[in-house]
Amino acid sequence: MLRLRPEHRDAMIATCVRALPDEGCGLLLGTPDGVVSEVMASVNVAHSAKVYEIDSRVMLRAYRESEAKGTVVLGVFHSHTHSEAYPSPTDVAQAPDPQWHYVLVSLRDVPSVVRSYRIVEGTISEEEVSH
Amino acid sequence: MTALVRIPTVLRPAMGGDASVAVEGDTVGEVLDHLTASHPNVKGQLLNDDGTLHRFLNVYINDDDVRYLGGVNAPITNGDEITLLPAVAGGTL
Repeated sequence: MLRLRPEHRDAMIATCVRALPDEGCGLLLGTPDGVVSEVMASVNVAHSAKVYEIDSRVMLRAYRESEAKGTVVLGVFHSHTHSEAYPSPTDVAQAPDPQWHYVLVSLRDVPSVVRSYRIVEGTISEEEVSH
Repeated sequence: MTALVRIPTVLRPAMGGDASVAVEGDTVGEVLDHLTASHPNVKGQLLNDDGTLHRFLNVYINDDDVRYLGGVNAPITNGDEITLLPAVAGGTL
């Protein structure tokens, strides 16, 4: 389960809306039990509506900051601008860490849809997002 | 030169569990060669067959991404901290 506050959800959606027409993305920091404490927005350095890549400087900052605060990098979020909030084959193939939570923000519908997944050895399982 | 290499959590189980390890080398490439010589099971996750950096790996010398410092040829100064982190990307392609 991924637990986040409404402002975290709003911050992810706002990051993704600002990135339009490109996909938006960022990292989630929190505790290992899946409680989000911070949403760290990134520039999509791929600058694309079809792919995303987290800025390597944001990645380093997230790790340094989480280490200093005693938290962890919990996962990553990114948007699908015109498709459902479900991981694509590329998202699955490139998922870096089985411990992570993979959040998809779909801007296809109004209101935006936020869903979270675990991706372990290529297998996708959706998890509950609670507030 | 000796650098302190910080190992990402995702690679620690395959590398003996240490969070960091001191490795010798005059360039990032030499450091990674020495690191993977003692942990050949992770070589494919760090380096391509031609010795260049793996696409889904970020390597930093202190605060700087080595992509902007010459990649595997980036020089090491004694005491540098090298951080390895996953490069995070995906898409709908």
